Amino acid sequence: MFLNKNRFFSNTDLIGFALLALLIFVMLPVGLDVFRLNLFGKYLTYAFVAIGLVLCWGAGGILSLGQGVFFGLGGYCMAMFLKLEASSPEATKIQSTPGIPDFMDWNQIAEIPFWWQPFHSLTFSLVAVIIIPVIFAFIIGVAMFRRRVGGVYFAIITQAIAAILTILIIGQQGYTGGVNGITDLRTLKGWDIRTDDAKVILYFVNGGLLFACLFIAQIIRKSKLGRILIAMRDQEDRVRFSGYDVANFKIFVFCAGAAFAAVGGAMFTLQVGFMSPSFVGIVPSIEMVIFCAVGGRLSIIGAVYGALLVNLAKTTFSELFPELWLLGLGGLFIAVVLAFPNGLAGIYKDYVEPRIALIFKRKMHIDEDVSKYDPLEAAAD
Amino acid sequence: MNARPDFLLTVENLTVSFDGFKAVDGLSFYVEQNECRVIIGPNGAGKTTVLDLICGRTKATSGKVEFKNQELLKMREDQIVHAGVGRKFQTPTVYEDLTVFENLEISYPKGHGVFGALTFRRDDAVISRIDEIAATVFLEELLEEKAAYLSHGQKQWLEIGMLLIQDPELLMLDEPVAGMSVAERKKTAELLNRIIQDRSVIVIEHDMKFVEDIATRVTVLHQGKVLSEGSMAHVQADPKVIEVYLGH
Amino acid sequence: MFADYSMGELGAIFAMQGFAGLILFSVFVLMALGLAIIFGQMGVINMAHGEFMILGAYVTYLTSNLFSEYMPALFSMYFFLAMILAFIVAGALGMFVEWALIRHLYKRPLDTLLATWGLSLIMQQIYRSVFGAREVGVTIPEWMMGSLPLTDTIEIPINGIFVMVLATGISIAVYIMMFRSSWGKQVRAVTQNRVMAGAVGINTERTDRLTFGIGCGVAGVAGSAFTMIGSTGPTAGQLYIVDTFLVVVFGGAASLLGTIASAFSISQAQSIMEFFLSGSMAKVLTLLTVVGILMLRPQGLFALKLRK
Repeated sequence: MFLNKNRFFSNTDLIGFALLALLIFVMLPVGLDVFRLNLFGKYLTYAFVAIGLVLCWGAGGILSLGQGVFFGLGGYCMAMFLKLEASSPEATKIQSTPGIPDFMDWNQIAEIPFWWQPFHSLTFSLVAVIIIPVIFAFIIGVAMFRRRVGGVYFAIITQAIAAILTILIIGQQGYTGGVNGITDLRTLKGWDIRTDDAKVILYFVNGGLLFACLFIAQIIRKSKLGRILIAMRDQEDRVRFSGYDVANFKIFVFCAGAAFAAVGGAMFTLQVGFMSPSFVGIVPSIEMVIFCAVGGRLSIIGAVYGALLVNLAKTTFSELFPELWLLGLGGLFIAVVLAFPNGLAGIYKDYVEPRIALIFKRKMHIDEDVSKYDPLEAAAD
Repeated sequence: MNARPDFLLTVENLTVSFDGFKAVDGLSFYVEQNECRVIIGPNGAGKTTVLDLICGRTKATSGKVEFKNQELLKMREDQIVHAGVGRKFQTPTVYEDLTVFENLEISYPKGHGVFGALTFRRDDAVISRIDEIAATVFLEELLEEKAAYLSHGQKQWLEIGMLLIQDPELLMLDEPVAGMSVAERKKTAELLNRIIQDRSVIVIEHDMKFVEDIATRVTVLHQGKVLSEGSMAHVQADPKVIEVYLGH
Repeated sequence: MFADYSMGELGAIFAMQGFAGLILFSVFVLMALGLAIIFGQMGVINMAHGEFMILGAYVTYLTSNLFSEYMPALFSMYFFLAMILAFIVAGALGMFVEWALIRHLYKRPLDTLLATWGLSLIMQQIYRSVFGAREVGVTIPEWMMGSLPLTDTIEIPINGIFVMVLATGISIAVYIMMFRSSWGKQVRAVTQNRVMAGAVGINTERTDRLTFGIGCGVAGVAGSAFTMIGSTGPTAGQLYIVDTFLVVVFGGAASLLGTIASAFSISQAQSIMEFFLSGSMAKVLTLLTVVGILMLRPQGLFALKLRK
């Protein structure tokens, strides 16, 4: 009986992972020049956020409109390390105080502040990339979920937090680089990240990390914890009266989402070469939700495609018809919510999969593996 | 006022007020081991609120609720469950997107922490226990069905099964036969008679025939207070009860 | 920091900052009232609320241009007509949006949030295409310019007083509408028990549409009032939306009095802090305080304890 097995990967999942791996590791690198490949690498950093949102929002019913905060914190931690390395006394000798980041010099700050100091260390910075956003998410999670703030209130408050952080970063430009962000990043331990070779390598590192996150997300989804998340989304009280401390599960999944977003943010900084508040605030945060919604809020693989497609469309449209892009994006929000609440993954499941199954059935009698049923991909509402 | 230790559940001076309106007002009652207590009373008497207070869904304004000499009012819902109190809601509350098996599995009393849930394994003990409970609540044929496709009565049974798998010492059922067909009602009465044997139960019910069948003692609530308490025959003969039910 | 000022100067500073805070308060109240109707009464998250305000502002801008072109004699009074037009245009659009979009999503509040965000993007782009990306300002009628000197050091701008009077008037109107009229009773009945309200003969669909329309209309009037104290650009609405939601949530979503009280405390805190800190830090501190208090008291300042 299939119930005995509880495998982490059904056949459908395996095919989905394999196809995505083929696309990311073979087709895109072969088919694109370095510039375009780097662009796709950038799109894929948003996929990290979208995967986290599938866990939080799709499975757990927690809609965070502040994922940009974690993406940004991860990205800024990475950027601070790279900036310090790029601000060697030789490289900055024309400044009035050589050896400090350029924006500090412009703002009459003569000394690197104490909380920048640890970012001289790569190890510390890499740990900080994940730990700082997770601690931040943990604090927010404990404060909100312990007091049973959920639903739209949680969405609004996370949005307010995104706004606060943006205002803070812009306002404190001497310490953060202000509205321009931290720019002009050059090397990682002496390795120039701006060369074509580095961009290709970073693309593959990014892809590898993305798959690591996908595997972790899959394990969470397919464990009992994944089913508890769904149960919680639909009947929170029943879960509570089945003896679970609901808040802990929400905090966990929110922190997991924050960690994914932070990894994405750090990879963004490495591949794009700068980090700025325009990836932190309200607008980017809610756009990250639409990546997830377009791909399918219940499918982690779908979320990756969603991030790729929406960003590809954004680049294409805003190059060709800048006027139309906002209209298109707005329309996308409305269409996805009204007509396709389960996004691309839902369309695939409803229209494509039955046909494929039909073709297979004609060729051979399908084997007795019925384990395709996946509550996560079942109806959302 | 010390609670007598031989009572399983002691409720004393329990009061909750919603902006001045006292839904439960200075309520006291005691439940013994293996007793089946039925709470009856007109609409708005505060029956469901009492259960909400005991299981921690609503926070009491004052009073005390002791279960096996532990003060429940200071505990979180999940801690109360782990102490041994199970609660069934008035409308069937099951996880519609999950299968019957998964519904029961979530209620299985193991792996309730975050990391416990991550590393939880469906071993033979879990599966045989779920099979056993499913058979008790007449759902053994439907284990792989999504709960959304069950009938109203079957959902009620599933929720009872989800409670049974926790093996609570005190089971609280809010109108367990409401909305059932006659046949389902009969089957449920049988089921309840079987499962109340070795535990204490508090039931809210309107069906007097059913109450007579199962009740050890009956408590009549009216406007948040105990109007009468005793055997079924005793409360039925109580003039105050007759006044409330028929007087207006 | 106080040492540099004499007592008299300090008093004047506090009075002026306090008054600046009162204007900000009026602005918050105007913004929040429409939202308090839509979010507080209907439970609908309208992220395009800011864009409805901007619509009112653009309507005012068009009316003022029209008057100065064709009826310069009546120019001093154009504002009153503009306000009525803003209410009608924003309200009509609101009713259309409710019919086309919102009514399909009453059971999915988080999805409403995303859909109305999409709507706000579309509206912004339309404003940009029609009115251009630059901010536009209206010509303020003469009687509204200048300021009233209270003492030698304290002066109060007349347009500020006008906005305050307007905010008071609209608050009273909304209060009467929601809590003293039979329509308000219907709205509250529908929100509290939709099925029952339908059963006793209330046309729930019409009530929803009208409620949403009126909420948007009030937003339009707010936008109209804004033109008296600032200029309008296509994305101005987005700047306000977080503040507005915080005001409503902070006050306790269903309480009109709460909305006004929270608008008052947030605006006063912000404008007084603004004098001592930079504008952005004042804003950060205010928002942080609000978020902090909301974490301690998620139901807001004024909320009933309800029987679930």
